[in-house]
Amino acid sequence: MADIQSPVPGTFYHRPSPEDAAFKSAGDSVAVGDTIGLVEVMKSFIEVQAEEAGTFAGYEIENEAPVSAGDVLAKLK
Amino acid sequence: MTFEVVKPGLLTTIQDLGRPGYFHLGIPEGGAMDRAAMRIANMLVGNPEDAAGLEAVFIGPELTFNDDTLVAVCGAEMPILVDGEARDGWSSFMVKAGQTLKFGFLKTGARIYIAFAGGIDTPPALGSRATYPIGALGGFEGRALAAGDVVPVGAATSNAKERTLDKSLLAELPKPAELRVLPGLYWHRLTEASQDQFFADEWKVAPEADRMGYRFRGGNPMEFVEREQPFGAGSDPSNIVDGCYSYGSIQVPGGTEPIVLHRDAVSGGGYFTIGAIISADMDLIGQLQPNTPVRFVRVDMDKALTARQERKDRLQKIRKSLS
Repeated sequence: MADIQSPVPGTFYHRPSPEDAAFKSAGDSVAVGDTIGLVEVMKSFIEVQAEEAGTFAGYEIENEAPVSAGDVLAKLK
Repeated sequence: MTFEVVKPGLLTTIQDLGRPGYFHLGIPEGGAMDRAAMRIANMLVGNPEDAAGLEAVFIGPELTFNDDTLVAVCGAEMPILVDGEARDGWSSFMVKAGQTLKFGFLKTGARIYIAFAGGIDTPPALGSRATYPIGALGGFEGRALAAGDVVPVGAATSNAKERTLDKSLLAELPKPAELRVLPGLYWHRLTEASQDQFFADEWKVAPEADRMGYRFRGGNPMEFVEREQPFGAGSDPSNIVDGCYSYGSIQVPGGTEPIVLHRDAVSGGGYFTIGAIISADMDLIGQLQPNTPVRFVRVDMDKALTARQERKDRLQKIRKSLS
């Protein structure tokens, strides 16, 4: 299991835009550098990228929920 | 002396205490959002308090040093690492040539201030090295730092030595955060019930908050005293005939989300301002993370001036302890 943590405080999004599907769903393969979500802060959207490869286990924080820096956003297995 | 930026972080800028005197021309004062933290970081490395250092918001930069440099980090709580070894905040320590300074995840607060003995030595613009990115003015080529930038540092003073601040000298912060407000110019535009509601509500820092303005949401929409909008003002009741804004003034576009104008704010416009955050509480705003609960507390001019004096006295105690 690997945790993907938020680099910044802000608002977490699972999707690139409201019309699109989530970046990842359970069972998807994840490569190093894959974007798994966005955190919005200071009028910017920061891409949250996987730092190790694995299989996506799921999001740990709901779409559009507030997050703090270091919060676990998603888990890999 | 120089250091090189390996990773810039989210938005890392050169800042000092700013460039007062040009706001009437539309050029903001700029400078550190948490001025006390910038001053103390400079004191810790033996610099004049207005020397230039770095302000990094939410994410610390990764820097490699080309020369032995005395460094101090103040402000937000963020693990500090020199070649992987932990260092303390609010104290000065040597980073040797070839070593790398980097940071862990932000714990509390929002902005760290990094001072370098000798101060950052980029060319001043209008009397300051503070970066105003929107105006491409000051700092490093008028912009935030980027990977590969080599930043010049001046010669250290003879007073550059390792020191540690006694943290009991720092102010204790109430939770939820309290920001003291002096009602001002357009306060009369709100109904009495709406005035009371503004102070009764719990607000939260909006994720949009930045160096220009700190936005708050979560309180009730404001109610305006009815009037016929004057000639030249927009049609929304929160509009006025254009006026000056001050550092710390609180504008509320549409009467919904208060915005406190901060170091890089515009100097005028057409929104009413209900008052101002007192000067003693402006540094605290620079350390508020998104979603932090905040209450606004009403004060009068006497209380505002007392708070200003207390803040000055506290800083003077710190200055003495580090001299």
